[in-house]
Amino acid sequence: MLEHTAPPRKATLIPPLDTRHQVETPEGIDLPLRPAGLPVRAVAFTIDLGLRGLICGVLFIVLAFLGKLGMGLGSLLLFVVSWWYMVLFEVLRQGRSPGKQWMGLRVVHEDGTPVGWSASLLRNLLRFVDLMPFGYLLGAISCLQHPTFKRLGDIAAGTLVIHSERPLVRPTLPEAAPRRSPIALTLSEQRALLGFAERQGELSPARVNELAALLAQPLHLSAPHAVAELNGIARGLLGPT
Amino acid sequence: MKQSLFENRHKAEWERFALALERLERGKDTSRVADFPKAYRRLCQHLALAQERGYSSFLIDSLQQQVLRGHQQMYRHRSRLGANLLGFVLAGFPRVVRQEWRFVLAAGLLFFGSLIGFGMLVFLFPELVYNLIPADQVREMQGMYDPVAGHLGRSADRAASEDWVMFGYYIMHNIGIAFQTFASGLLLGVGSGFFLFYNGLIIGAVAGHLSEIGFGQTFWSFVIGHGAFELTAIALAGAAGLKLGWALIAPGRLTRGEALRLAARQSVLLVCGVMLFLLIAAFIEAYWSSRTSITPLTKYLVGAGLWLAVALYLLFAGRTGHAPE
Repeated sequence: MLEHTAPPRKATLIPPLDTRHQVETPEGIDLPLRPAGLPVRAVAFTIDLGLRGLICGVLFIVLAFLGKLGMGLGSLLLFVVSWWYMVLFEVLRQGRSPGKQWMGLRVVHEDGTPVGWSASLLRNLLRFVDLMPFGYLLGAISCLQHPTFKRLGDIAAGTLVIHSERPLVRPTLPEAAPRRSPIALTLSEQRALLGFAERQGELSPARVNELAALLAQPLHLSAPHAVAELNGIARGLLGPT
Repeated sequence: MKQSLFENRHKAEWERFALALERLERGKDTSRVADFPKAYRRLCQHLALAQERGYSSFLIDSLQQQVLRGHQQMYRHRSRLGANLLGFVLAGFPRVVRQEWRFVLAAGLLFFGSLIGFGMLVFLFPELVYNLIPADQVREMQGMYDPVAGHLGRSADRAASEDWVMFGYYIMHNIGIAFQTFASGLLLGVGSGFFLFYNGLIIGAVAGHLSEIGFGQTFWSFVIGHGAFELTAIALAGAAGLKLGWALIAPGRLTRGEALRLAARQSVLLVCGVMLFLLIAAFIEAYWSSRTSITPLTKYLVGAGLWLAVALYLLFAGRTGHAPE
């Protein structure tokens, strides 16, 4: 019965409440990626479509002056813009076409690494099927029912469209004298208390009091000063007591 | 250890890492990043520690962001395009084609079968062509290959200066068709099958009709050269599409998603080869096939040589163990 007591080789992760997608790196770190849903991707695609139309329009006007040579170049250009625009931008600009960059999206492999030539080519060639039978219907259905919002091209190419990371701003903790917690806290409780202190600026005073009141009794705090005391505990968790 | 102490102790290290990261992301001056892997693994350890000790969300989130960016630099798929391309052309592509011979055979039978079949039918029953292709298109085709007109190709009044136009047009048109044939294979292979059959039908009907009304000489001498690459490429694109579809129909012991991913990785190689073939085909079509100064006999001989070359290339290139790397 030894094998039952051995720890499982790959511990199962608790699925997050939101749509984050956990990727385990070779270093044993779980990286959360935030897959992008249908509406924001649709907007990004529309921007790209408009931009492509603009590029073609401007260059066709220029090429019209070149006569026959211009017509040949024009067909080549149409080919490049319609089939290669996305691929070139995605591979050369860290997974971001202009539309995606505008909307704060990027394309990555499922393991979180930047998208490469073959995956990008695949997902953009298979766009043809996602467009069928009209107006991205198959792609939209696939995107809506998939846990990480993949269209068919993404499933086949093994790629993921995620929200790019935004730079974080250090939150200011409310002033309070650091103190010890009256009872021993578990890790998640510690993080919850720290989260309470860090996010206090974003909450209304009434909500802050309401949340603090919930904790007053289990933590043996005096109800009227619960907020200040919780902040003190959070400060105590951060720095010296 | 308290969080503030932890942060103070490693702050300088994290800032150095952020600098190295920025340098890598901008892709320039990568000389001073030799210790990047070590720094990255240290950062991973710090993140694990921070999580394990229940430090604040802000610290964990910002470490996670740094690790994610580091991960993307560390494990990015680098490809040396130049060296790979040569190896792919000389050995890789024909190997993939032989490896996927079942799909290539199926696609070839579908495409060339319908091409030859409908060609024969139209040749034997000439009226049939009007059931397959609209009458005005048939007339347009006849205009293009009329022996009394001096020029060949997509329009009757074609001049040599228009070679460029046609080159661009052929690339746009043919590679577009090949991409469609491939991509629609995702619909359980039905799309690829349809496009193979349909394109075979159209080409066959046109060939049969033109031969039947006596324009055979101009038509066949025009198409035989680039046909070697163009028709083979369409069939191969269809084979790649059928492979996608088959992975969904019969995934074997894998999940359908996994089977599809593996099949797609293989078939994208076929598609790359197809693009290469179509580039060659467009070149031949624009600059060789359309020449009217060359006698049909020369064109037939060269065309036959090209067909033989394509067959030999696909069958035998890259068979030796020490293929050019």
